[in-house]
Amino acid sequence: MSITIYVSADSSAVSLGADRVAAALVKHAQERNIEINLVRNGSRGMYWLEPLVEVEVNGERLAYGPVQVSDVANLLDSGLIYGRKHPLFLGATEEIPYFKKQQRLTFARVGITDPVSLEDYVAHDGYLGLANALKMNQTEMVKHVTDSGLRGRGGAAFPTGIKWNTVLNTPSEQKYIICNADEGDSGTFSDRMIMEGDPFVLIEGMTIAGLAVGATQGYIYLRVEYPHAHIALNAAIAKAYKANYLGENIQGSGKTFNLEVRLGAGAYVCGEETSLMESLEGKRGLVRFKPPLPAISGLFGKPTVVNNVISLASVPVILHKGGEYYRDFGMGRSRGTLPLQLAGNLKHTGLVEVAFGMTLRELLYDFGGGSATGKPIKAVQVGGPLGAYLPESQFDTPLDYEAFAANWTVLGHGGVVAFDDTANMAELAKYSMEFCAAESCGKCTPCRIGSTRGYEVMDDIINNVDREKNIVLLRSLCDTLLNGSLCALGGMTPYPVLSALNHFPEDFGVDA
Amino acid sequence: MYKEKDFGTPASSATQTVNLEIDGFKVTAPAGTSVMRAAASIGIEIPKLCATDSVEPFGSCRLCVVQIEGGRGMPASCTTPVAEGMKVVTQNKKLADVRRGVMELYISDHPLDCLTCSANGDCELQDMAGAVGLREVRYRPITTHLNAVKDESNPYFSFDPSKCIVCSRCVRACEETQGTFALTIDGRGFDSKVSPGQNEAFMDSECVSCGACVQACPTATLMEKSVIDHGQPEHAIVTTCAYCGVGCSFRAEMKGEQVIRMVPNKDGKANHGHSCVKGRFAFGYATHKDRITKPMIRSSIKDAWKEVSWEEAIAYAASELKRIQAKYGKDSIGGITSSRCTNEETYLVQKLIRAGFGNNNVDTCARVCHSPTGYGLKKTFGESSGTQDFDSVMDSDVIMVIGANPTDGHPVFGSMMKKRLRQGAKLIVVDPREIDLVKNSPHVHANHHLKLRPGTNVALINALAYTIVTENLVDEDFVKTRCDVASFEKWRTFIAQEHHSPEASESITGVPAAEVRAAARIYATEKNSAIYYGLGVTEHSQGSTSVIGIANLAMATGNLGRSGVGVNPLRGQNNVQGSCDMGSFPHEFPGYRNVADKATRTLFENAWQVELSGTPGLRIPNMFEAALDGSFMGLYCEGEDIAQSDPDIKHVHAALRAMECVIVQDIFLNETAKFAHVFLPGSSFLEKDGTFTNAERRISPVRKVMKPLAVYADWEVTQMLSNALGYPMNYTHPSEIMDEIASLKPSFTNVSYAKIDEMGSIQWPCNDEAPDGTPIMHTEHFLRDNGKGLFMLTEYVATAEKVTPMFPLILTTGRILSQYNVGAQTRRTDNVAWHSEDRLEIHPHDAEDRGVVTGDWVGIKSRAGETVLRALVSERVQPGVVYTTFHFPESGANVITTDNSDWATNCPEYKVTAVQITKVMHPSAWQQSYADFSEQQLELLETAQQNG
Repeated sequence: MSITIYVSADSSAVSLGADRVAAALVKHAQERNIEINLVRNGSRGMYWLEPLVEVEVNGERLAYGPVQVSDVANLLDSGLIYGRKHPLFLGATEEIPYFKKQQRLTFARVGITDPVSLEDYVAHDGYLGLANALKMNQTEMVKHVTDSGLRGRGGAAFPTGIKWNTVLNTPSEQKYIICNADEGDSGTFSDRMIMEGDPFVLIEGMTIAGLAVGATQGYIYLRVEYPHAHIALNAAIAKAYKANYLGENIQGSGKTFNLEVRLGAGAYVCGEETSLMESLEGKRGLVRFKPPLPAISGLFGKPTVVNNVISLASVPVILHKGGEYYRDFGMGRSRGTLPLQLAGNLKHTGLVEVAFGMTLRELLYDFGGGSATGKPIKAVQVGGPLGAYLPESQFDTPLDYEAFAANWTVLGHGGVVAFDDTANMAELAKYSMEFCAAESCGKCTPCRIGSTRGYEVMDDIINNVDREKNIVLLRSLCDTLLNGSLCALGGMTPYPVLSALNHFPEDFGVDA
Repeated sequence: MYKEKDFGTPASSATQTVNLEIDGFKVTAPAGTSVMRAAASIGIEIPKLCATDSVEPFGSCRLCVVQIEGGRGMPASCTTPVAEGMKVVTQNKKLADVRRGVMELYISDHPLDCLTCSANGDCELQDMAGAVGLREVRYRPITTHLNAVKDESNPYFSFDPSKCIVCSRCVRACEETQGTFALTIDGRGFDSKVSPGQNEAFMDSECVSCGACVQACPTATLMEKSVIDHGQPEHAIVTTCAYCGVGCSFRAEMKGEQVIRMVPNKDGKANHGHSCVKGRFAFGYATHKDRITKPMIRSSIKDAWKEVSWEEAIAYAASELKRIQAKYGKDSIGGITSSRCTNEETYLVQKLIRAGFGNNNVDTCARVCHSPTGYGLKKTFGESSGTQDFDSVMDSDVIMVIGANPTDGHPVFGSMMKKRLRQGAKLIVVDPREIDLVKNSPHVHANHHLKLRPGTNVALINALAYTIVTENLVDEDFVKTRCDVASFEKWRTFIAQEHHSPEASESITGVPAAEVRAAARIYATEKNSAIYYGLGVTEHSQGSTSVIGIANLAMATGNLGRSGVGVNPLRGQNNVQGSCDMGSFPHEFPGYRNVADKATRTLFENAWQVELSGTPGLRIPNMFEAALDGSFMGLYCEGEDIAQSDPDIKHVHAALRAMECVIVQDIFLNETAKFAHVFLPGSSFLEKDGTFTNAERRISPVRKVMKPLAVYADWEVTQMLSNALGYPMNYTHPSEIMDEIASLKPSFTNVSYAKIDEMGSIQWPCNDEAPDGTPIMHTEHFLRDNGKGLFMLTEYVATAEKVTPMFPLILTTGRILSQYNVGAQTRRTDNVAWHSEDRLEIHPHDAEDRGVVTGDWVGIKSRAGETVLRALVSERVQPGVVYTTFHFPESGANVITTDNSDWATNCPEYKVTAVQITKVMHPSAWQQSYADFSEQQLELLETAQQNG
């Protein structure tokens, strides 16, 4: 009888040695005449435990980790295939508290299934959302998404249902669905994880979106830095076409939806939806002004849904279980779950999908386990490089769009990067300006020139050149960036800069 | 100096209006108007830099931010459309702070040399810094563009990236207005910079030097070198370009009597603020040292010229003409009017000939270009003119370009056409050569390129018509209600004959039948299809037949009488239409009325107070024949260069040598003047008042911006000559001449200088029926007597000019963007930087056969003569066809063209000459002898100038 062993093919796991561990498992098992069925699954999202090796014993998955190549022979000899105890033994994977405490709706299959096995996907409730959708008219489909309270998970948190409704109600012979998979925020990886770990859920979500608004063509705009996701998506798309989940007359419905992956060229700003569309059209990734909204005049001037990976990947469960089901999770106007990504100076980095409402402190300590260095956490940047730094005094803020906004902070795409008390916040503020300067598309003046000037002003502040005047100038520059920029890149760079200055003035050489 | 108002964004064409409030003032604006434009319309100027009303809004500078009641943040007013009930605030403290913050950033990367800057006094950045009240730059900039290197490669403007604010107006103008896409922004973020081509110098890039970028630039970054040299102009006068038949309106920006720059007029209805390298920059010829400003006479062309007073020159000319008439008879003299001169001057020359010379020996250069258009369209539609205005093309769904090369020959209209093509209109190109529109214009390509053999136009047009008739694509309603049905039925039977089918024609035209059918189908079935054609249609032995065939196509498919359709001849020179309208043909009085018609003659006899001849006079080629026969001995040639432009040039030269008195009136000692006995210095378009009529029948004002260098405007010279001949003319201003024209020409009844001033320009017919002119003709009925369009039969007859083993290739000709016609003007400007010699394009196969590579000297021999040019091996031409331009006299393109001509109008068959090409080492014998002759003539001129 063959034993099923799971080793993640997720690129974070791979970078920690998963491929080598998998190869060692095959080699050593062969040497021992042990017949194993090795499955390269997605990651469970507990990165401090990767490479994680799971073995299925009596229908239950037991975990060992983190496993190095040098552990493999010993593990097999100690009875890994029977789930026997070992210093690396973690017990049942799903009983690990970090995992158990989550509410995995969007990531339900990630880490469990073989990512590119359509059979596996279908066996784990895959395509039930589409099946329901095919029984509905377009308005009903959109209504489920509206009712679910789903808001754009890319960071802007715009209600997805409203966006879809606009596209649905804009007549055009051609409409498009674009999945924004240009996940460029530092400290974020949920899009990558789901594209590598469960690509079919994104394909299903986009297909439903296409049917709902009347779009027959979808594009996944994938950042070029995600080669594993590229391979997984293309493999899954090919299988979906073959099984008639994509293409013409999907599952005999008479409906058409085509999908292809397009690679970006490495510009952060192409994660901004309008420059993304410019890039897709083959032009320079330059931000477009709005209006017109992409929902009315988007890709090639046609009505276009542009949604983040997580938003679209959340659609199948909504259509499967109903808008109400999804809506029951969360708090206030933030409904459902948010896959948070813990990174930086934390003990337990990884992916945590929970309903909105938990506090940042719970996330940092109950999940993250505090700082990796053991020093106090000084600040946390939430929402990527354009997110504000939260000081300890704001750690009790609930993970909720409105609660964060009230603090002049953002939840964004759910990236959480922690810093201990060795971090110099003035240097980090300078870095924010540097980041903006490096990634600015160069269209609007505040961002194009202001980011470079901001970097220079920060240099002067740090070097104590006319420090007081330069602090005034920095605030005035941030004001210009905030109010004058064309898109969020320039418009939000003041968030990390000013939050650092306001909460940690001493790092800027200014009295508190 | 008065500056044109800039509304920031283009006007909306919406008819629905929206009411809003800006700073408490109520405004009504068409839906789709930007808040910026709506504000400007009531005099509220919102600061702006990246917005200008010639290009679409971009929203990058962020100076124009406003606040909208109930709205979030500070949207840019250039990109925010007006909405019903909207309340906008354009000025408050918060907005002022942002604007000042943005301006401080701009200036942190801009040289502070305003006082010595070439844009001083005409700089929007300077204006805006003032408007937002910037008083201090607090930054200590380390990274800047202040040391960026200037690009001086273009002869007319410089590019100084250190002054660039990266507003992208130049890039957008290059894309949207010109359609060349030569400019882009290279790099991103702070490194963003304007880049011609791929970081090349302007001259090495695809730039066509149209000037749109210079026009759009708000700073000194892109600046005319003439402004750098001379400073800002102090006054401006609106006038009309004297180059091609597009007739662009320009502001001549002046310093006293010196033209500092020519700037396209935004209100110009033909060009809407666009220009090309010729009109925009190539005006230096007008004050070139080669200008002849003193009258000269000589008794023989072997003699040195003698500079004389105007009185003496005129008296000598008059006495010679009288002497010749006394000796050889009344009909022994004649004249040639100019398509470059004004309507008034042309009118006067033909009047002088008919009334003063007492014969009808008047012709014009339209003889050699668009005479078949006059003939064909008069016969079929009842009027010798194109049917549309230029703007009509923006409503076309299919554009068929036959034998024309708009992006080179009519560049400003070409840009408008490309804009429409980029919007999705379909394109059919009928041309033996791959013109730029076929696939060398960015984002434009021909859906069908019917690459026919030169000389087979009629066969191809018949094949298109055959397809339309036999595939039941005729617009029967249109034919029934608008056309002469009997003529149509006859034509239908004629054209449905099998030998007209695309399949049968394929062996003649070389165009695959399926392509012809496909093209015919889209032409006939799309909503609005328009035909634009040029000299590739007319300059053939069957030029008139082709024009008629085109008219038949348009009538059969109902593509006439509304915007987006029509038959549109693209006129070569500025006033071809006008010179024809003014009665320059030997058989027609002004208004295309036959001289043999008694009633018409009586009308003119009464007006002119003289008895007129009812016998049609000599056409240009007949004049040459008659000169060689000894019966035509005196010629008054105004503003034409027949010794270069006419076919079979050796024959022309012989005829000129045979004449006893050749009077040339021109601004330069042109090729014809080398054969002249009297030289009367002409005036450039900058030196006189008058009007030009462009290809869309638009009568536009020409205004005197400087005194004539030779004292008199051309109309005054003609008047002096007339008076000396004893026929009195006493006009004190060209407006009086126009009044006389209006009184005699029914389609001009309501035209006057006052009305032109009021409207800017007028498209004739302009009379009681159409008091404000007629943008589109034949909307209700055709102008033929019975109001119906006439179908005429168009049997294809092969040209006599056949390829043989001795002359196995066909030479066809065309022109190039930077040069104009015989080049007399453009060769005397820096435009030679783009094109300094004519070259012979030859297909690689034909080149290979002859061992020719690009750059080789090749001899081109026809039945008429031989010349030598350098070769350019190119796949633009098809095997068996060679091509050249004819802008340089020494090229001798017309040494090889033959005396074949159109059966109806004698328009020369320039476009088809059978030739042989061989590799050679020396210029041809003709070129050598002509070079000697030219040199000798220039010495004779120098003698006059030294003595004078």
